[in-house]
Amino acid sequence: MFKLEKRLQPSQKWSSATPFLAVAGTMVFGGIMFFLLGIDPYTAIRIIFWDPLFNPMYADYARPQILIKAGPLILIAIGLAIGFKANVWNIGAEGQYIIGAIFGAGVGLAFYPNDAWYIFPLMVVAGAFGGFIWAMIPALLKIKFNTNEILVSLMLVYVAEKILVSMSLGLLRNPEGGGFPGSRNLQYYDAAANRELITGTGLHWGVLFASGLICLMYIMLNKHLLGYQIKISGQSQKATRFSGTNPSILVAICFGISGGLAGLAGLFEVSGPSGQISIDFNVGYGFTAIIVAFLGRLNPIGILLAGLLMALTYIGGELAQFILGLPAAAIQAFQGMLLFFLLAGDIFTNYKIKLTKKGGTT
Amino acid sequence: MQISAITKTYPGVIANKNISLNIKSGEIHALLGENGAGKSTLVKIIYGLIKPDSGTMHFESKFYAPNQPSAARSHGVTMVFQHFSLFDALSVAENIALGMDKPPRIKNLSNTIESVSEEYGLPIDPRKSVGDLSAGEQQRVEIIRCLIQDPKLLIMDEPTSVLTPNEAKTLFKTLEKLKLKGASILYISHKLEEIRLICDTATILRGGENVGTCDPQLESAKTMAEMMIGRILRVPKKKSSTTSEIALEVRALDRAPETLFGTHLKNLNFTVNKGEILGVGGVSGNGQDELTNVLSGESLSKKNSIKLFGKPIGNLPINNRPLLGMLTAPEERLGHAAVPDMTLIENAFLTGKTGAGLLSSNDFIKWSKTKEFAEGIIDKFDVRTPGPHATARALSGGNLQKFVIGRELIQKPLVLVVNQPTWGVDAAAAAAIRQALLDLATLGAAIIVISQDLDELIEIADRLIAINAGSLSKPRLTKGLSVEDIGLMMAGTGEQWGQEINV
Repeated sequence: MFKLEKRLQPSQKWSSATPFLAVAGTMVFGGIMFFLLGIDPYTAIRIIFWDPLFNPMYADYARPQILIKAGPLILIAIGLAIGFKANVWNIGAEGQYIIGAIFGAGVGLAFYPNDAWYIFPLMVVAGAFGGFIWAMIPALLKIKFNTNEILVSLMLVYVAEKILVSMSLGLLRNPEGGGFPGSRNLQYYDAAANRELITGTGLHWGVLFASGLICLMYIMLNKHLLGYQIKISGQSQKATRFSGTNPSILVAICFGISGGLAGLAGLFEVSGPSGQISIDFNVGYGFTAIIVAFLGRLNPIGILLAGLLMALTYIGGELAQFILGLPAAAIQAFQGMLLFFLLAGDIFTNYKIKLTKKGGTT
Repeated sequence: MQISAITKTYPGVIANKNISLNIKSGEIHALLGENGAGKSTLVKIIYGLIKPDSGTMHFESKFYAPNQPSAARSHGVTMVFQHFSLFDALSVAENIALGMDKPPRIKNLSNTIESVSEEYGLPIDPRKSVGDLSAGEQQRVEIIRCLIQDPKLLIMDEPTSVLTPNEAKTLFKTLEKLKLKGASILYISHKLEEIRLICDTATILRGGENVGTCDPQLESAKTMAEMMIGRILRVPKKKSSTTSEIALEVRALDRAPETLFGTHLKNLNFTVNKGEILGVGGVSGNGQDELTNVLSGESLSKKNSIKLFGKPIGNLPINNRPLLGMLTAPEERLGHAAVPDMTLIENAFLTGKTGAGLLSSNDFIKWSKTKEFAEGIIDKFDVRTPGPHATARALSGGNLQKFVIGRELIQKPLVLVVNQPTWGVDAAAAAAIRQALLDLATLGAAIIVISQDLDELIEIADRLIAINAGSLSKPRLTKGLSVEDIGLMMAGTGEQWGQEINV
C-alpha cells in the first residue's frame, strides 16, 4: 500500500521534470494505442515527432507550418496564463480570437483598395480591440453581478461563431466572390496582408509579436507590482485585499490582456495564413491554447516550448494521418494524453508517495 | 476510562507518543497543553474519530476501541466540540434529534429537553430556531444533546472560548451537577485559572507526550504553564507610557457589513493616545474583524469617522495608510496576513511595499531590498525558519505569527492595530509578541490590541473597551479590573447579552 503525503514546499525538481515525463509517458502509451490500432508504433511516433523537423521530404513544408501554428497558440496562451495565475478563468479565447479577426479584417476591408502604409497597423489595433471588447463582457458581468466567468466566456464563443457565419455570408462577403461565402482574401491586398517576413520560415508578424511578449510577460510577472498582485490574487482573496489590490480591477486587467492577445492572434491569422474571414475560419486555437498554457506551467518560457511542441504534434499528426491513415481521433487522444500525464505528474510536485506497511494498521 | 500507551503519528509529526492516563468516575479531568501538544488527537481517538497506531483503551474495565463516534456514544462517551455542528435554520429540538441514532418524536423530545435543561440549570426553549441563539446558548444545545444520552464520559474541547465570563460560570455549575451524578468529564483547555477552579486532576501534554499529572488545586497557574512549555516562563513587564496626545480618533463610525454574515459596526467612538495600548475585548464574531478592516483601510468608511493625528483618513485606501504611519496585523495569519504558498520574502513585500519603500517609482519591485527587509524581520524577532525563501505554510504558527507581527513592528508604526496577536501561539512566542508590543508603546506608538484573551488584555492594555454585536462599551482603565468586571462590560454593550446575565 502507499499513500500521498503533502510536501511542505512544492518540489522545484518535479515541477520542471513533469513536462518531460509527460512527453515520455505520452510516447509510451500513445505507442501502445497505435499498436492496438495495428500501426507500427515506432514509425508513427517517428512521423509525429521527427519527420516534420528533419525528414527532408517533409521538413521544407512542415517547419514553417510549425511556427505558423505555434504563433497564435503562444500568443493566446500567454494572455490566458496571466489570468489563470490570478484565478481568472477565461475559457472563451476562441471567441475573442474570432471577434479580433472580424474587427481587424473589417477595418482592412473598409479601406480596400487603398494602399496607405497605416492600414495594417490600424488593423492590428482593431484586432486587439475586438478581442478586448469581447472579453470585457464576461469580465464586467463578473465584476457587477458575480457571474461565473467560465460559463459566460465559453458561451460567448458560440455567439462569436454565429457572428462569424453572419459576417462571411453578409457584411464582409466578397462582392466579387460569385456569391460564395467568405470575405476578400487579404493575401491579395498588399496593404493589409501579414506575409512571411523571411521566405520559407513561416515567420510572420504574429510570431514576432509572440516572441516579444514572452520577454514582456516574464518581466511583468517577476519584477513588477502587477505580477505580484496577479500571483497573490490567485492564492488568497483576503490577502489580496489586505495587499491593497482591487480584485475587480484585476479581473478586468486579466480579461483585457487575454482578450486583447487572442484578438491579435485572430488578426494575424486572418491577414496571414488564413487570408480571409470564412465560415470555418476558427480551428480551435483558443481552446488548444488552454492546454499550452498549462503544459507550459503558466510560465513564459514554458509556454514557448509547449506551444512549439503542440504545433509539432499537430503537423506530425496530420502527416501521420496522411501517410499511415491514422484516424484524426487517435491524434486528438494522443494530445489529450499529454495533458493527462502532465496533470498526473503535478501530483508529485505537491505530494510525495510514502509506502506503508502491508497488514499494519491503516 | 483507562488509556494505555496510545501512539498516533502523522506525516512529519508524532501527535501522541505512548500516552497513558486514567480518568476516574465522577471527576473532572483536565487535559492541558499548548497548541499542537496532541490534546485534540487524543480526544478524537477516545471519541472514535481517529484510530490510534498502537495502544489500548478500557472503559469501565472493558476493552474499548470505538471505530466511529456512534460506537463511542453507545458506550456512553459523548463530546462537545469547540466548533458547533448545528443547523441555523432548524429548531433546537430538531437539531438534537439529528444527532441521535433513534430520535423520538419531536414533541416527546421537546419535553425531555425541557426536563434535562431544568435539571442541569441550562434554560433553553426547544422550539426556538438555532440561528436566533447566542453562542453561549448554542453551546447549551450541544451540551444538552450530550446530556440527553446520559453520558458516562463527557469530553469538552475548549468550551469557554466562546463564552463570556458569566456564561462560563453557568457552565461550571452544570459540570458540577453532572459530576455529582457520577459522570466523568474530560475537560480540554489552556485557560489555567478555570482549570484550577473546577478540575480535580490535570494531565499535561507536551509535544505529544504525557509529561505529568497534578492536582490543579495545589499548583499555581504559573507552575502549570511551565510544565506545559517545559521551561521557565517570563511574563512581560508592563510599564505604562501613555501620553496625553491623541494619535487616533474614531468618531461616530458606522459601517454596514459587506458580507451576509458580517457584523454591523454601530456608532463607534474611541481615542488612542500616543504611547498607549488600548485593549478591545470580546467573544469572537462580534465585529472584531470588521473593526480591523475598517481601521486597516480594507473597507472604507466616512472620511471624518477616523482621524489620524487630526487628519481625516476614513476614506483613505489601505495602501495609503502605512505612509502616514498606520499599520495593521489581521487575525488570520495564513490566508489573510500572509499567503501560505508564497515565500517569506514575497510575504514581507505584502505590507512592506509602501511602508518600507520596496517599490520603485514606476512600480517595479526591489527584490534584493525586500529580501534584506525579510531577513531583518527574521533576525530581530527570532523567527525560526530555514531562511527567507521558505514558504509561509512551512512555518509553525508561533513563528509565522512572530513574522507577520514583526513585519509591522519593524516599520516603526505610529499607530498599530493588531487582531488576536497571540491566537494559537505557544506561551513563549506569545510572551515575546506581547513584550514587543509593550516596547513599541514605550517608543511612543499608539496600539490597539483586539483580543479574546482577557488575561492578555489585562496584562498589556492601559485601557479596555468591550465589543459586542458591533457596539463598544465605554473605555475603562485596566488597572484594578478583574475578569468579571470585563465580563460585565461585554454584557453591558448589547441587549442580547443583557438577558444572558440574568441566567
